[in-house]
Amino acid sequence: MKNPIIKIEGITKKFGIKNALEEIDLSIYEGEFFAIVGPSGCGKTTLLRVLAGFEVPDSGLLFIDGENMRSIPPNRRPLNIVFQSYALFPHMTVLDNIAFGLKVTGVPIKECYQRVKMLLKLVKLSGLDHRFPHQLSGGQLQRVALARALVKRPKVLLLDEPLSALDAKLRNEMRQELVRLQKSMGITFILVTHDQQEALSTADRIAVMNNGRIKQVASPTNLYESPSNKFVAGFIGSINLIKCEVRQIEGELCAVTTGLTKDLFSIKGKNEISVGQSYLMGVRPEKIQLTKLTDIDQYDNKLAGIINNITYLGRSSMYHVKVSGDENIVMNVSMSHSDRSENIDLCIGESVLMHWTAGSALLLEDHDS
Amino acid sequence: MKIKNNDKAPKVSLDYFYQWWFKVILCVTFIFLYAPILVLIIFSFNDSRRNITWRGFTFKYYEKAALNDGLIDAFINSLTIGIFNTLGSLILGILTALLLWRFRFPFKAVYEGIILLPVVMPEICIGVALLVFFNQIGWANNLPWPLSLSKITFAHILFSFPFVAIIIRARLATFNLEQEEAAFDLGASPGQVFTNVFLPHIRPALIVSGLIAFTLSLDDFVITFFTSGPDTITVPIKIYSMVRFSVTPEVNAASTILLLITLCAAGIALWVHRAKISRIGKL
Repeated sequence: MKNPIIKIEGITKKFGIKNALEEIDLSIYEGEFFAIVGPSGCGKTTLLRVLAGFEVPDSGLLFIDGENMRSIPPNRRPLNIVFQSYALFPHMTVLDNIAFGLKVTGVPIKECYQRVKMLLKLVKLSGLDHRFPHQLSGGQLQRVALARALVKRPKVLLLDEPLSALDAKLRNEMRQELVRLQKSMGITFILVTHDQQEALSTADRIAVMNNGRIKQVASPTNLYESPSNKFVAGFIGSINLIKCEVRQIEGELCAVTTGLTKDLFSIKGKNEISVGQSYLMGVRPEKIQLTKLTDIDQYDNKLAGIINNITYLGRSSMYHVKVSGDENIVMNVSMSHSDRSENIDLCIGESVLMHWTAGSALLLEDHDS
Repeated sequence: MKIKNNDKAPKVSLDYFYQWWFKVILCVTFIFLYAPILVLIIFSFNDSRRNITWRGFTFKYYEKAALNDGLIDAFINSLTIGIFNTLGSLILGILTALLLWRFRFPFKAVYEGIILLPVVMPEICIGVALLVFFNQIGWANNLPWPLSLSKITFAHILFSFPFVAIIIRARLATFNLEQEEAAFDLGASPGQVFTNVFLPHIRPALIVSGLIAFTLSLDDFVITFFTSGPDTITVPIKIYSMVRFSVTPEVNAASTILLLITLCAAGIALWVHRAKISRIGKL
């Protein structure tokens, strides 16, 4: 593996009595597109500000490219930020905004000019050099903010919720644009966002944060397919969780009971599970199949229920199914319209059978560690 | 102009401008505000000693005013005080505004109230208080010019810096702190952040508040009256003493010149502001 460009060791930061960051350990590698996701107030922005040098951690160490950042002020750190509000200078033109970081550090005017021109081309803003920020659209402002940070050729680019002010279509475009820029420039990007979709679609690796702690660091696929805990499972995509108890372990599979039916469910288990303990069984909505109640004996992992509501989502529909046996449990089942031809007549109030394969269910710790 | 009044047509709020009564109110307001000043200017060209009825056009009284040594001294005094007052109250006002904007400390609200008190305090109270104060501390009365103006200058700074502080504080409230952080992040030193990001943001407020401080000082009578001595006459006090003898067009002429200086100051300030904006953006 490459050397970590950023190494965070045990960083803790308190605001009053609230712990914004608790014992954060994290390594981010050169040339990586790294995302930090979490709900608002989880400490992701604080972590970003610690990296940039705007917050001083109470304890812990931060190394950027092997150098301890303890006494290095923000203006001498080899990283740049794209701010959520863009924070462009309103009294400067696009050209001056982008050139600012070069001019203040004494780069000769001619070189300044060439580098700015190059960046303008790279972010597709050529021709808008002499516009003022108030004359630009949201997407253009975003590009200027990107160019202004990238023109410094930082080792790491920090992006603080960069796409949150854009509309859905533009956001999608900019996501791809970000990935393109990152790959072509080879700079390490750290994207901070509350939008798990954004993180999944752009990043090579993702750190999920909650309450000032990192819950899991993994690739998008791993994060979605095998979340290590309840929080990550629920935050990245949606998931149906049912309380269960492990009865038997047979090689890779383990059998659990739920108390909803007499049936045993089989789940691909993890290493450190023990018989008799309570866990959560998690099934993603799109991994569940719906059929009519008639062919009940055909499947292994099955639950009967009544369709409570149907939400039409265009490409698919979400069926909200009340589980027979416990009226309070509503399972969400997502069915894409292309493969539900046989279920076309499913409607509200109908009794259905939900079933899934052993490999598509997850066994998660009940408590949130 | 007559407007056709169609009762059935619904009125949008902005349409009120086209209503006759709105125009009347507008005209009356302008007349109330500016007619006396217009009369003052017109009668400064009046060829009549007593200046009650119009007797013909003349520049005589401008010449007379220009040759009046007492009046010229008063102008020099007023301008000197005005300039030093502007500088003094700008510095004090910026510092006060920064303090109130950037820091949190106990009794901040009380402090803010006390700072702004001179704005609402009756001028006569400040005047008398300063008179007593300067006597009590034994401020030297026979200092050489321009030190002799220090008493009035301090008095003017006292009542004009709160205005500066209020205006700059209001401007600071709209400052996006992320801009400052962005500048730092891009490698600027604290000094560069101040001159390149912070100062441009508050520049309009600086110009406006400096102008207000200058104007407040230039035409202040009450407080100046209590703090000036026989050697430190300012224009308002000089004009007052001239009026006490007789209201000649010379008084009008002096007032018109004062008005002109004020307007020029405002014009220059605006022009500087505009020029600054149009020059930015050229690499």
